[in-house]
Amino acid sequence: MTSHQQQRVIPQASVFLLLVAILLCVVPAAWAQAPADTMMAPDSAAMMMPEPPLPATNVQASDVPNDHGHALDVTWDLSADDMAGHNDVLAYRIERTPRFEGPFSPDSVTPDGKEFILFHSAVYGEAVWRLVQGQWDTIGPAPSGETSYENRGGKDRTANDFFPDYTNFEYRVITTTANRGESASAPSAPAQAYGQWLHLGKIQHIGIPIAIFTALVLGFIGAAKRGRELYIRPLSGISAVDEAIGRATEMNRPILYVLGLGAADEIATIASLTILARVARKVAEHRTELTVPCYDPVVMSIAQETVKQAYLDAGRPDEYHEEMVHYVTQDQFAYVAAVNGTMLRRKTATNFYLGVFYAESLILAETGSIAGSIQISGTDRVTQLPFFIVACDYTLIGEELYAASAYLGREPKLLGTLKGQDWAKALFIAATIIGALGAAFQVQWIVSLFQMNF
Amino acid sequence: MIIFICGFFMLFQYFVPHEQSEFLYEFIALDWPPIIGVFAMLLGVMSLVRVTIIRIKRRSPNWQYGYVTLAGLASMLFFGLVPGFGGQTSAAVQWEFDFIVRPTEATMFSLLAFFIASAAYRAFRARSLLATILLASAIVVMVRFMPLGPLSGGAVWLSDWILNVPNLAAKRAILIGVGLGIVSTALKIILGVERSYLGRD
Repeated sequence: MTSHQQQRVIPQASVFLLLVAILLCVVPAAWAQAPADTMMAPDSAAMMMPEPPLPATNVQASDVPNDHGHALDVTWDLSADDMAGHNDVLAYRIERTPRFEGPFSPDSVTPDGKEFILFHSAVYGEAVWRLVQGQWDTIGPAPSGETSYENRGGKDRTANDFFPDYTNFEYRVITTTANRGESASAPSAPAQAYGQWLHLGKIQHIGIPIAIFTALVLGFIGAAKRGRELYIRPLSGISAVDEAIGRATEMNRPILYVLGLGAADEIATIASLTILARVARKVAEHRTELTVPCYDPVVMSIAQETVKQAYLDAGRPDEYHEEMVHYVTQDQFAYVAAVNGTMLRRKTATNFYLGVFYAESLILAETGSIAGSIQISGTDRVTQLPFFIVACDYTLIGEELYAASAYLGREPKLLGTLKGQDWAKALFIAATIIGALGAAFQVQWIVSLFQMNF
Repeated sequence: MIIFICGFFMLFQYFVPHEQSEFLYEFIALDWPPIIGVFAMLLGVMSLVRVTIIRIKRRSPNWQYGYVTLAGLASMLFFGLVPGFGGQTSAAVQWEFDFIVRPTEATMFSLLAFFIASAAYRAFRARSLLATILLASAIVVMVRFMPLGPLSGGAVWLSDWILNVPNLAAKRAILIGVGLGIVSTALKIILGVERSYLGRD
């Protein structure tokens, strides 16, 4: 290599070395993780903000029908991004204005009728609440795909969940995404909650059937009063009542009547009391001893009057004594123990178990069987019927308990109600068949008739 | 008349959801009954005491247990009501409940197991076709809970079918009848057609 060639190589090598040095200094620095705030330029930061979804539209608020007021229904149309894949909606957040702050005691704040409003109810309290216009409160969430939300509150003016009726509220729906994007809908028109005086849903699905039932019952009562002969099938349990009372009279042993463990407001207990009246009258006529141990003290009070009147009607008021109908205890198994003791000590000839029973039904029936009593039972509790059927001589199943009083009295009015009830049952069966066929063949107008929306 | 007014009011209230209607329902149906119940309980206790004393006086069979009844009643009332003993949550009341009431309740409840066995022994006899079907169904349902290995699947399926199809159908039929009977009885009482529970025909 000549000196001229060497002179040309040296500068080229220097440039090469300089380039390598630059690369070794710059590239590692470029690869290093720098803090975002030191690295991001302002216009680049804006590009990283979450993309807001398209808002929900057509937000409307309306009163919830068929309620006591204090609830508004919010509906909206789904965001276009909902289940659309791109920027998919995660959930909706429902907000309400004005802000509702309180409750304040009426003594502590002077209500001005504008911001501080006194909400008063003679029975549900009195409190001042503050309505802050222009402030939005989050009421609740709704998942994606949902298009309605019920904003329901309480009626107690002093409670934290009080929702005032006859007060304007506006709603908006905030659409949110998984990457925290949000967009607010346009607010709804103002809406007020108020109570209805008629529940149209119940009228349609319950009121009309009851009206038809009542018309049938009254029609057959009228027919019975006009002397029309009404046939009802015999019930062996009812037919055996006279025989059972006669047996007790001949054996000179008492009759036990158990009204069950129901309260006085249960229909089965009332039905049992109606039967007790008729049985007590027959017992009074036969001069047989009757004992009625009671579980509920209110039922005991009613039963005492019933039996006393029955003895009076039979012309034997002096033979009634209050110990016949007595209270035992309101504890289930303590009551059963007491009744079992009565059965075994006094060797009752006839036991009636008519009313509401639970787990103690089999204990009662088996103990009566051990004591050698003839047993007539009846309950509307489906779970206890098998035990009674197995252990008792006669059992009134379900509605037969309610019909027993008519069977025993044989009065035209009562028989008329039985026939009306039977015809109502026939209509019910027909409706069941029509509804089942309608549902099977997807006939929507039939299906909608049977839908209960309350 | 009182029954008609009260019954018609309850019927009317059911169809009126307004706040005022709810207040009347809460006042009449929810507030008053507990008050009446408390006074009725007083009558009940008096009745129990009177009947027990009469039984002791007459030396009826097992009259000695009348003293046990009165002693239990008196002790619970004493420790529960007299100030200084802690009321319902006092140690004495709790002791009586834990060591007397609960074991005796459990004893009575346990009788069910034996009574079910004796009732089943009497009931499940193949005296007729229906009784045989009943017996077979009972066996299938009982076997369901036994570890049968490869046969368990079939037993479970058959047992579930018996419980969910014919048994449920019968149960629902009875419930429908009961529902109609309830409406009928309520109507009879509200309209005054049935008055025997008042002692009048």
